[in-house]
Amino acid sequence: MTVDQGNNIITLNTVSKKTIVSRRRLAELVSTRLMLAATAFVGALVLIIAIGLFLKARPILEANSLGELLFSSTWRPSRGEFGFFPFIMGTLWVTILAGLIAMPISILGALYLAEYAPKRISALMKPAIDLLAGIPPVVYGIWGLLALAIGGINIGFNVLTGGIVLAIMVIPVIMSVSEEVFRMVPQEIKEASLAIGATKWETAKNVVIRNSLPGLAAATILGFSRAFGETMAVLMVVGNIARVPSSVLDPAYPLTALIANNYGEMMSIPLYDSALLLAALILFLAVVFFNVAARLVLAKIQQRWA
Amino acid sequence: MHRRRVEEAIFKGLMIASITIVAGSLLSIVAILAWKGLPALNIAMVTQTPKGGYYLGKEGGILNAIVGSLYLATGATVLAFIISLMVALFLQREYIGKTRFAGLVRLSLDILWGIPSIVYGAFGFAIMLYMGIRASLLGGIIVLTLLEIPILTRALDEVVRMIPKDLKEASYALGTTRLETSFKVVARQALPGIITAVLLAFGRGIGDAASILFTAGYTDRIPTSLFDPVASLPLAIFFQLGTPFPEVQARAYASAVILLVIILSISIVSRLLTKRLARNTVK
Repeated sequence: MTVDQGNNIITLNTVSKKTIVSRRRLAELVSTRLMLAATAFVGALVLIIAIGLFLKARPILEANSLGELLFSSTWRPSRGEFGFFPFIMGTLWVTILAGLIAMPISILGALYLAEYAPKRISALMKPAIDLLAGIPPVVYGIWGLLALAIGGINIGFNVLTGGIVLAIMVIPVIMSVSEEVFRMVPQEIKEASLAIGATKWETAKNVVIRNSLPGLAAATILGFSRAFGETMAVLMVVGNIARVPSSVLDPAYPLTALIANNYGEMMSIPLYDSALLLAALILFLAVVFFNVAARLVLAKIQQRWA
Repeated sequence: MHRRRVEEAIFKGLMIASITIVAGSLLSIVAILAWKGLPALNIAMVTQTPKGGYYLGKEGGILNAIVGSLYLATGATVLAFIISLMVALFLQREYIGKTRFAGLVRLSLDILWGIPSIVYGAFGFAIMLYMGIRASLLGGIIVLTLLEIPILTRALDEVVRMIPKDLKEASYALGTTRLETSFKVVARQALPGIITAVLLAFGRGIGDAASILFTAGYTDRIPTSLFDPVASLPLAIFFQLGTPFPEVQARAYASAVILLVIILSISIVSRLLTKRLARNTVK
């Protein structure tokens, strides 16, 4: 690190105003460099992870064709056959089902809290939602197991159970962001709508929701990307059978569960660890895609609204 | 007119149903865990490490996992806080402001936030293999730090951005440097928000299992050095649940109660501290 040694460096025993100034300047300089380094590290981390995962996944990408890896359903690592299709479909089924359950509940609930609920209820629900967001995945997994899969409702280990557990995990995420977005809609335009005779729901639908669309899109994407990468809770209730599900009552085997169940153990089979890091790379790329798409969509919508 | 009223009533009903589902899920989670977990919970669970045959239903407790989780989450939160605070302060207008670099860093943080913890775990383990580090407390802390950085930085960035401009300008008008204003004015004013963010990250760190599944290892002993493997509560729950013995599975439920109590305490402490500290900030 090069520190600017200007004219202010003065011999140790002459304590003057100038030394204090130079000490403050030095602190400013050093701290700025350190902060820049930390920021550059965080900025570069995505790239480091991308390169790391790609380098580890390269052997399998060289050994098998991409089409075969992505669209084959045969998963026989010991024979060098790595078809990720069942796992990709497992992830999609569970994530989409969770999104379909979570979205209406979160948005309607958020609308209720922002527009309809008495203050007492909003004040009570806020910590409840925060708490729900803070509950660890394993605890959700146990709940799914005891309340849905075996005990209670007894629907078994399948896409439906995984989807419900995931939905409840992402509801607090989507809901708290949506509520915030709804609360930002200015009072005046709501009053204008009510003044021309719209009912409360019509105002909510045509004014509040419509003005919040970009925010709701962001909230939903946030929720989806959370659901998409969830591992432990899903793994505990989804059945983990490597077959493409054909209904929500079939078991599934998401990519995350594939990595969690096998990485670190089956290292003796050639290409196995490379295959599992390819699974990680697929998840990573999907997250990058979600984020970039979200930015583009948001920018488009904001442009139209501005 | 009638149709509009019906529509209003239907949607209001749906909204109330949605809120009821959310509140009901929380109650159901707490109730089921309490019902299944409390009977198996005893003093030995939190004061002893597993004795021989613990996983077959014999004596012992999960002190190893409780202490392990506290070590992991504390280490990671301290490291993540140091890095995140620097980044959040650097994202202020007077440092990089609205440049392209700032936009890129924020995009990077959004992506990092979205990366599944299992991917951090797999990436971390691959790096550890490459560098010859065994699954250990150190490995677990590093991976959890990576996981917590985006959570913490985004929260801190938001808190720092809420600081009134006037306050900072008043400070600069007195001739302070950016560093002095950042730490003596901005960070102090943002303290309640900073505490909330740190506790949020700590809670995420202590509850995550997927990232430390390969990187922290698991052991029945309490680690004495950074290079020892370390047990953790989420994995203790997971492994005990995986045994075929009902007594041990009941202990998994009890362990989940312990984890839930820790999470609940963090959230209560966070609320109390924020309220208390908010009195000392400039309104």
